[in-house]
Amino acid sequence: MARLLFALIAGGLFGSGLFISGMTDTTKVQGWLDVFGAWDPTLAFVMGGAMIPMAIAWLVAARLRNSALGTPLPPKPSPTIDRKLILGSLMFGIGWGLAGLCPGPAIASLSFGGPGLWIFVAAMLTGMAVAPFLRTRLDKPVAAE
Amino acid sequence: MEQDWIWGLIGGLLIGTGGAVYLLFNGRIMGASGIIGGLIDGSAGNTKWERIVFLAGVVLMPVILRPLYHEVDPHISENLVMLVIAGLLVGAGTRLANGCTSGHGVCGMSRLSVRGFAATLTYIFAGGVGVLVFRHLLGVI
Repeated sequence: MARLLFALIAGGLFGSGLFISGMTDTTKVQGWLDVFGAWDPTLAFVMGGAMIPMAIAWLVAARLRNSALGTPLPPKPSPTIDRKLILGSLMFGIGWGLAGLCPGPAIASLSFGGPGLWIFVAAMLTGMAVAPFLRTRLDKPVAAE
Repeated sequence: MEQDWIWGLIGGLLIGTGGAVYLLFNGRIMGASGIIGGLIDGSAGNTKWERIVFLAGVVLMPVILRPLYHEVDPHISENLVMLVIAGLLVGAGTRLANGCTSGHGVCGMSRLSVRGFAATLTYIFAGGVGVLVFRHLLGVI
């Protein structure tokens, strides 16, 4: 039950931050990516601001064996940069630039984004459902193809 | 407009605090694509309700905050074909890469993860090229 309460608090903070920062406005996101147009630096402040409490949390977590509620903490990050990471990030980046939406802000805008946003989210969920099949293909060694 | 960066910073601090709570209390990485994707492809297991409740918080807080603003317009494109293509790319891409702006960007880079930096540089590069091509060369967005 406590896990659900803290998940709700975390989600509420995340949703509030996305909304207040302006990241649910696609023009601000596309403005950040538009280096050759009217560049908007807001996203850098959002990202930088978010990394401050998060970096502190990682430093605290490094001294703990478990989370405050007794669940295991995430393992150390993998150092492996593979095809899936790069290809997936390229695909994500193009979609992000096209629509000005990434997964968090898309969900945070559900209540006010209207039909266009809902269509985007439906397509995003479909893409997420297809991803495991793409992943299996990309996991095959190159020589075997 | 001049205060946008201040609200960006305040919003960012809230996002990071959410990530800190999710890590230190729930022991989990706050990555939006992972939280949603695990519910879609069935990999969520016993964290299913934790994810659903987290997403409920993400949806609900803007509903509560919205009356404080005169006008909230997310400026969603009217080009539905493009929205579908973008949605498919964002959904499949973030799951292949195992993270998005929150997972790889906020949570990954703040723990100096090599994959977090590689992914973030890649999607910002791809997004920048995308906006250059689709806005300035083709004029479709």
